Amino acid sequence: MDTSTISPALLIASLIIASTPIMLAAIGELVVERAGVLNLGVEGMMITGAICGFAVSVETGSPTLGVLASILGGAALSLIFAILTQFFLANQVASGLALTLFGLGFSALIGKGYTGIKPPDLGSPNLGFLTEIPFFGTTLFEHDYLVYVAFGIILAVSLFLKYTRQGLILRAVGEDHSSAHALGYKVVRVRILAILFGGGCAGLGGAYISLIRVPQWAEGMTHGAGWIALAIVVFASWKPLRILFGAWLFGGLTVLQLNLQAAGVTKINFGIFEIPLQVQYLTMAPYLITILVLVLISARALSNTPGSLGKSFHVSD
Amino acid sequence: MLTLEKRSEPSQLWTALTPVLAVLLTMIAGGFLFIILGKDPFLALRIMFWDPLFDEMFGAYFRPQLLVKAGPLILIALGLSLGFKAGIWNIGAEGQYIIGAVCGAAVALAFYPTESLFIFPLMILAGGLGGWMWAMIPALLRTKFNTNEILVSLMLVYVAEQILNTLAIGLLRNPDGNGFPGSRNLQDYYSASNMEIWAGTGAHWGVVLALGFAVGFYILMNQHLLGFQTKLTGQSPRAAKFSGINPNLLIVVCLGLSGMLAGLAGIFEVSGPSGQITIGFNVGYGFTAIIVAFLGRLHPIGIVLAGLLMALTYIGGELAQMQLALPAAAIQAFQGMLLFFLLALDVFSNYKLSFKFGKVS
Repeated sequence: MDTSTISPALLIASLIIASTPIMLAAIGELVVERAGVLNLGVEGMMITGAICGFAVSVETGSPTLGVLASILGGAALSLIFAILTQFFLANQVASGLALTLFGLGFSALIGKGYTGIKPPDLGSPNLGFLTEIPFFGTTLFEHDYLVYVAFGIILAVSLFLKYTRQGLILRAVGEDHSSAHALGYKVVRVRILAILFGGGCAGLGGAYISLIRVPQWAEGMTHGAGWIALAIVVFASWKPLRILFGAWLFGGLTVLQLNLQAAGVTKINFGIFEIPLQVQYLTMAPYLITILVLVLISARALSNTPGSLGKSFHVSD
Repeated sequence: MLTLEKRSEPSQLWTALTPVLAVLLTMIAGGFLFIILGKDPFLALRIMFWDPLFDEMFGAYFRPQLLVKAGPLILIALGLSLGFKAGIWNIGAEGQYIIGAVCGAAVALAFYPTESLFIFPLMILAGGLGGWMWAMIPALLRTKFNTNEILVSLMLVYVAEQILNTLAIGLLRNPDGNGFPGSRNLQDYYSASNMEIWAGTGAHWGVVLALGFAVGFYILMNQHLLGFQTKLTGQSPRAAKFSGINPNLLIVVCLGLSGMLAGLAGIFEVSGPSGQITIGFNVGYGFTAIIVAFLGRLHPIGIVLAGLLMALTYIGGELAQMQLALPAAAIQAFQGMLLFFLLALDVFSNYKLSFKFGKVS
């Protein structure tokens, strides 16, 4: 097969771009799940963030305001989820699905007039001599601000959960909400804050797709990235730093698939036999590999699953 | 101070009342949404909920569509309701629907152009088996490796979509279709076509089967041990285990049954209203059916009514798209809102709202 047109440095650079949205959404969802809440509405919050960020950037001409709007948009949608599950004690699986459905529809409604427009450029920090380093310059130091923000959030969440008192409380609430309540922690308040954080991160991840990665608006443009983010949380067995590897794996698969398509590779030769490589097979590969990874880790990950994940909390229980 | 007190028994009244209230609240909230979008809310609501059935001009076209759209929704939602009761979440019905359609159509097309009475039942059987098979993947992974069935069944939707696309331009493509993607139209193949049984009603064999299954599920839930076992597992998995229920077997049965019904919905759709396997042949019935199952309170009769209502939002949405230039996805926003209100109101079935003065726990 002819892969000479594919440059490794550019491949890794685009891998980082492709993995950033799912990385952001996944780290948000990780915090939510560590607090014992399962929010399946990531896809809906991402697409809402994508359109809020896009529309505000276009209208105001300021990408910074757009990014802020995407965070607010995602968080606002997650507030609906928080109210439903924390005050009305609604089933979390159903509420999350409702959020995804609503987000997809609502974003399409707002985004009707925004197709075919190019958003203003967010720009990148100038890292000076770092960009001159061969290979690493292109792969690591020529990205936009949000790539570094994403790394920063992951590091911050990791430190927060491990070393701060608030992080410990959050984990306690997720492991056993009845005991946490008995100790005097505000279970509902902690969970609402976690849900809002998750919504903000998902919204930001969505804006990364519509403002930087594509950059354009199209109905349903997240194409299941939110669901992959959910899978990555399980893949990372609820550990923040492992989100990086999960996101890179999936980002890598997406990029590889796009590059192979662009290079016109039609079959992979294994010496004795050949596998025909159609676009469709490449497109389904990330999903199949997600399933494979889920199977491989699910037996082991069980011990890490937050104890109260997906259960409603009410003081009378 | 307002507090919630847990009821010892879920309130029957609230269980029945919530869907009605949820629909009303959705209409009010939807009206405000239309005002924000700059459309007349009363006109929009009339176009979406009244005109498809009673308008002189459109009614004749849209009325049969009600059953055409409700059929697959009811069929899929019935299957899902069983698993949802037991806390088994198959949210990949869309994929099972696609695979059912593909398998059934493949069998029918293999016989083309032979005419025989056996082709139709064979095709339906293949559709059901296809859906069942696709649902067995998350079922077996869950029982053997404890893999989350929500994520696996959902990922398989995307895989199924790609399989559909591959087949529509490859193996199943119409050889006389001048190279266009898409299979032969099964409506033109008498032995495999799932035609309207009574002209002008929209009722095809899939609709009849859906109603038949609704009756069957009613009996299953109330008279059969499986109905009791799913309810018990949903309410208390530990108690269910002690009473001797095999949780793995229940997972396989629930996922298998829901997959089979989704597959059947797929093959009835492809051999009837839609006619051929094409790229993007699926329109999201598998996802909407989740709302139908909840809106119908996971109860067979409720599901039939909820299926009809959801079908109405589909055709009303189509009409609104034509007359008000609303995007097709607006209907999804409506459906999502409906589910929001339903889930929020649901709390009153299990909890009592009460005023309390003084210290609150």
